[in-house]
Amino acid sequence: MKNFEELTNDLAPRKFGLYGKLWIGFLVVIILAAVYAYYLQATKGLEITGMRDYALWGIYISNFVFFVAISLVGSLVTAILRLSGVKWATPLTRISEIIAVAAIIMGGLTIIIDMGRPERIYNLFLHGRLQSPIVWDVIVISTYLVISLLLLYFPLLPDLQILRRKFKDNKKLCKWYGRFSLNWDGNYYQRSIYKWSIRTLSVLIIPVAFGIHTVTAWLFATTYRPGWDSSNFGPYFIAGAFVAGAGGVISLMYVLRRTHNLKDYITDFHFDKMGKLLVLLCLIYLYFNVNEYLVPAYKTTEKEAAHLNALFFGEEALLFWTVIIGGLVLPVILLLFKKMRKPFPLFIIGLVVVIGAWWKRFIIVTPTLLHPFLPIQGVPESWHHYRPTHLEWLITWGTLAGSMLIVTLLVRYVPVIPIHETAEENNIIEPRNTDNNEK
Amino acid sequence: MSENKDKNGSRRDFISKGLKLGLLTAIGGAAVAKSLESEEMVELMDTDGNLIQVPVTKIEEHSSLKGDDYNPREGFPNKKFVMVIDLARCKNAKQCIKSCNKNHFVTGDNAWLKVYKMQDNEESSPYWMPNLCQHCDKPACVKVCPVDATFKRRDGIVLIDNERCIGCRFCMAACPYSVRVFNWSEPKQGEMTEVTMTMEHGDQMDHNAGYTPDYAGFPSVRGTVDKCDFCPHMIDQKLLPHCVSACPNGVYFFGDLYEDTVTNGDETFQLSKLLKDNAGYRLMEDLGTAPSVYYLPPKDRQVDFEDGLKNYTEFESVEKTKES
Repeated sequence: MKNFEELTNDLAPRKFGLYGKLWIGFLVVIILAAVYAYYLQATKGLEITGMRDYALWGIYISNFVFFVAISLVGSLVTAILRLSGVKWATPLTRISEIIAVAAIIMGGLTIIIDMGRPERIYNLFLHGRLQSPIVWDVIVISTYLVISLLLLYFPLLPDLQILRRKFKDNKKLCKWYGRFSLNWDGNYYQRSIYKWSIRTLSVLIIPVAFGIHTVTAWLFATTYRPGWDSSNFGPYFIAGAFVAGAGGVISLMYVLRRTHNLKDYITDFHFDKMGKLLVLLCLIYLYFNVNEYLVPAYKTTEKEAAHLNALFFGEEALLFWTVIIGGLVLPVILLLFKKMRKPFPLFIIGLVVVIGAWWKRFIIVTPTLLHPFLPIQGVPESWHHYRPTHLEWLITWGTLAGSMLIVTLLVRYVPVIPIHETAEENNIIEPRNTDNNEK
Repeated sequence: MSENKDKNGSRRDFISKGLKLGLLTAIGGAAVAKSLESEEMVELMDTDGNLIQVPVTKIEEHSSLKGDDYNPREGFPNKKFVMVIDLARCKNAKQCIKSCNKNHFVTGDNAWLKVYKMQDNEESSPYWMPNLCQHCDKPACVKVCPVDATFKRRDGIVLIDNERCIGCRFCMAACPYSVRVFNWSEPKQGEMTEVTMTMEHGDQMDHNAGYTPDYAGFPSVRGTVDKCDFCPHMIDQKLLPHCVSACPNGVYFFGDLYEDTVTNGDETFQLSKLLKDNAGYRLMEDLGTAPSVYYLPPKDRQVDFEDGLKNYTEFESVEKTKES
């Protein structure tokens, strides 16, 4: 068993190496290009996108749904697993909370990018109407952001104090860690507030997390459109969100294990567990997909039939089946084998699941819009289809890069694995003599 | 005293009735003007569809329908506008679309009023179906709007405040009739249009002070949603909406539900009777949107469906002007 100093050395954040710097440079370049593309959109209007009056929502909205979906993993790992006493998930709590915060921030930004008049967003507060699901979304997403930030921050308090001591030679870093640690010294009173707060937040975040994704599903389900008009949509979205989130955590834990040399902390055992969890989540999501597609397909009302035909056999069929089979069915089959739950194969599967989850949102949003109740007539031929433009892709890539940059920067300054919790769980005692002299 | 009051009351009633009828006739055509020349009495139709004689002196002209405290969000008092579209008469002449596009300065690629080529099933015959905002009494678009930019007025009209719209397009997703149009780019309403706008409505041109949702397309605003507004600016002048007066075949009837009367400019009908006799229906009644637009089925047609085919453009609803 390691002693406390070794533990801190292992887990303390470290400076970027060459690859880290290259990675950041890469992200910044994409973000800057996206900012320029958005500048074009802001000056010329949404005409720079592939959206038109029929395909009135496109990859901005499906990207938004993706962000909201993947952010739900924060509640899955930190709250649901924590509350149900799953000890093995401790090293993954911070990773998932970091993903949650990064995703929900960029999700909020993405919805603003989609607006035709973003500078009028204040109207939501001046003239907001409670019967609009968009207003529900604004309320519940901002609540989720606050709770997620707190759920990232509170467990950090002891770690920040540990880091302050560790980096006492680096004045600047030491000062900031000290400030953010809110004078944590681990006394009984602080610990009881700390424990109570985290537990309360863990309970609170579950209904709010279900809320954000249910309301996001309702943005679609509250309309009459075939493909969206479903009472199944809330749970269907939540089940899908956990798949995306678990895939995200798997991908990130593999990367961080490599970059931060965390083989002793994120072990094959964790990958194995996450692989099994992913199978369960995929199966639940597949079950909802069966409900969502096969029940209307059985009835084949005229409007549903047109939409489902496009998905099963028509224009969207290739994408649809690739996502369902490649992104859900195959991962389930592969992950039944123990070999596939080893870190590297699982990492690849996790990535594929995340990419599949992104395209799944695309399939949910646009094909429905292209099958309205009345026939599409009197508009240019190109309006019958939806092809995102390069600029639209660039802006979308920018938001994805933005979320990865947030993750990267958080990982630079915050221990990826909770030091304090790990120490406590393994009964590693922190030597406490130097600190008192400083005060 | 009380007798007097009663008398006054009934007299006021009569006058107000006369006013409504007067308006009706003005909309209906030049009946009043004609009778003014010849005699003292005017023949008008009352709310039950009976013709009655009314002395000319009892009819007062109202220059504007707007009351003193007119509010574009409230609409005209004591009115409930409806439209009836007689599919048996439509042969896709497309004059309605032209007139709508011109008078609302529609410059995008998707007109607010379109004539669809429809065929319900293989056995039944095809027909032409004009489609415009249905001005639903339970409008899905209004329900989902997060900022109250699109709203329902007491006179039945659904409008959009383009100064408030944030461009989220949720209303477009919610509308089952696909009648909402987004300004994806800066509307190219052009210099000529600007001149027309200034000449005709110079007082309303100042965007901040004079903008009113009452006149959609005047001007269109980038990043916001547009749609058919039932032409409150025409109603206010006691004129019919552009599509109604432009139609050479008398397809469109416009009127007031409270007066139970609709007219296409040449003919005037009692609304309830017209709908009963012709089995009038509304689009997608099952959705519960309660539209203000009624359709009469395309039966006993005097026109061939094929006549309309030469005008049919599957991929165009707004003619592009060559100069620009």
